[in-house]
Amino acid sequence: MLTGANGAGKTNLLEALSLLSPGRGLRGARLAELVRIGSDAPWGVAATLVRGDATHELGTGSDPANSERRLARIDGAAARATDLGSELAMLWLTPQMDRLFAEGASARRRFFDRLVLGLDPTHGTRSNRYERALRQRARLLQEGRPDPAWLDGLEREMAETGVAIAAARRAYLERLVAALALGNDAFPRPAIAVSGLVEEMLGRASALQAEDEFRQRLAAGRGADIAAGGTAIVGPHKSDVIVVHEAKDMLAERCSTGEQKALLISLILAASQLTGAERGATPVLLLDEVAAHLDPDRRLALYGALEALGGQFWLTGTEPGPFQPLLEKAQFFDVRDASVSRL
Amino acid sequence: MSGADLEKLIQLLAKLPGLGPRSARRAALTLLKKREQLMTPLGEAIQAAAASVQDCSVCGNLDTVDPCAVCNDKARDSHTICVVEDVGDLWALERSGAFRGRYHVLGGTLSALDGISPDDLRIASLVRRAHDDGVREIILATSATVEGQATAHYVTDRLASTGVAVSRLGHGVPIGGELDYLDDGTLTAALKSRKTL
Ligand SMILES: [Zn+2]
Repeated sequence: MLTGANGAGKTNLLEALSLLSPGRGLRGARLAELVRIGSDAPWGVAATLVRGDATHELGTGSDPANSERRLARIDGAAARATDLGSELAMLWLTPQMDRLFAEGASARRRFFDRLVLGLDPTHGTRSNRYERALRQRARLLQEGRPDPAWLDGLEREMAETGVAIAAARRAYLERLVAALALGNDAFPRPAIAVSGLVEEMLGRASALQAEDEFRQRLAAGRGADIAAGGTAIVGPHKSDVIVVHEAKDMLAERCSTGEQKALLISLILAASQLTGAERGATPVLLLDEVAAHLDPDRRLALYGALEALGGQFWLTGTEPGPFQPLLEKAQFFDVRDASVSRL
Repeated sequence: MSGADLEKLIQLLAKLPGLGPRSARRAALTLLKKREQLMTPLGEAIQAAAASVQDCSVCGNLDTVDPCAVCNDKARDSHTICVVEDVGDLWALERSGAFRGRYHVLGGTLSALDGISPDDLRIASLVRRAHDDGVREIILATSATVEGQATAHYVTDRLASTGVAVSRLGHGVPIGGELDYLDDGTLTAALKSRKTL
């Protein structure tokens, strides 16, 4: 439990932890934005991961020779940032995510892909490859008179990785729905679906057929993509995640802010339960300013659910009051002026 | 030596792969402490290499002779050409001893984002070589990165009209793996399990 005034550095601490997982961390910051303002010194985060009898040393930071590059180390050996996900699953809930259901599809898609990553660490590598091929193709289309054989090679890569991404999302969704069915009664149950062209292709065709179909769709859509600025107008990078408050039969975005947060908590708890059951290790949960905004019943239900999950959880709040029920069970830290002291 | 000379040396050293500003300063200090044994011979070696090492006009390898020693070696199998991205990959394959044919160094991979187009790579000369009598198989050993795979696809397309069999390295090459980082056993296995396209 991290308590302290706003701006004391609680969220920064959670962000540092979040960088021990693949991707840009909980703020979605670019590497250059992670450096201390007014300094060009490299940054780094290191942690010892203890699981049963095994310990692993994880570390990540900016490359001292190139601040645009991120380095990772696992037990002292150089690793890819995506490899960190194989060691440690991590999920978070932040105040910025309060708008998740109301904003554009991309934030929901990223949220869902992070859940998938918790169960399937290779999802990150696939997504990176897909994004890279997508960007290469977009640039090629923007330049005019693109070489068809070159485009063909990139579209092949997009079709292969794109179908793999959509298939991973569908497989995950099925398990998440099953985990939600066992969910906590204190929080509203969300009905959830992934909507996207390739996901739908996989609903009616084999992966190989979907690959062919998506590739042909990309080849036929070159003209339209050029007109739209280069980036493909269809594909798994356009998919959306639809969440419905099941009992009210109401789209999440129409629900009250409090209910939206409760739906998100349901999703995070179900996803953690799922990852814990399948990978044998509950994800580390970073819950930024979550407890204070719940009514006392739900707060207790959340603490009960976290205890049942049995992993490691980091909660922040301005006041220690809401954490009272955890007094005997958790470690409390005070964060003040970017330094941490044990209470 | 004036401060400006030292600063220039450090700046140049920092441009080397694996060296940041800090390690460049350390390298410069080491050089200055070992002027006779290290700094002067290194300077001479750099000058000599800059003057004598050139691209092989046939395959793109680096050597002091043109065509390079590999292209000149009559004992090597001239029916098979292995296409690699960089000279570093050629060196890796040579170290492994797994391949006894000839090479073709593309000089990179296609990347619209980095402004590297087919004209910037040795693709046209590869197609010319493929038309030569005696070339029967071309093995594409570009990396498993998105760019490496797209380049392999492009080169395959350009070679289609030559009638030469085109194959790709088989399993064992990790995604994003660069040949230079693979151990010899993996390289040998990848070459043996290559697939004809
Ligand atoms: Zn040569």
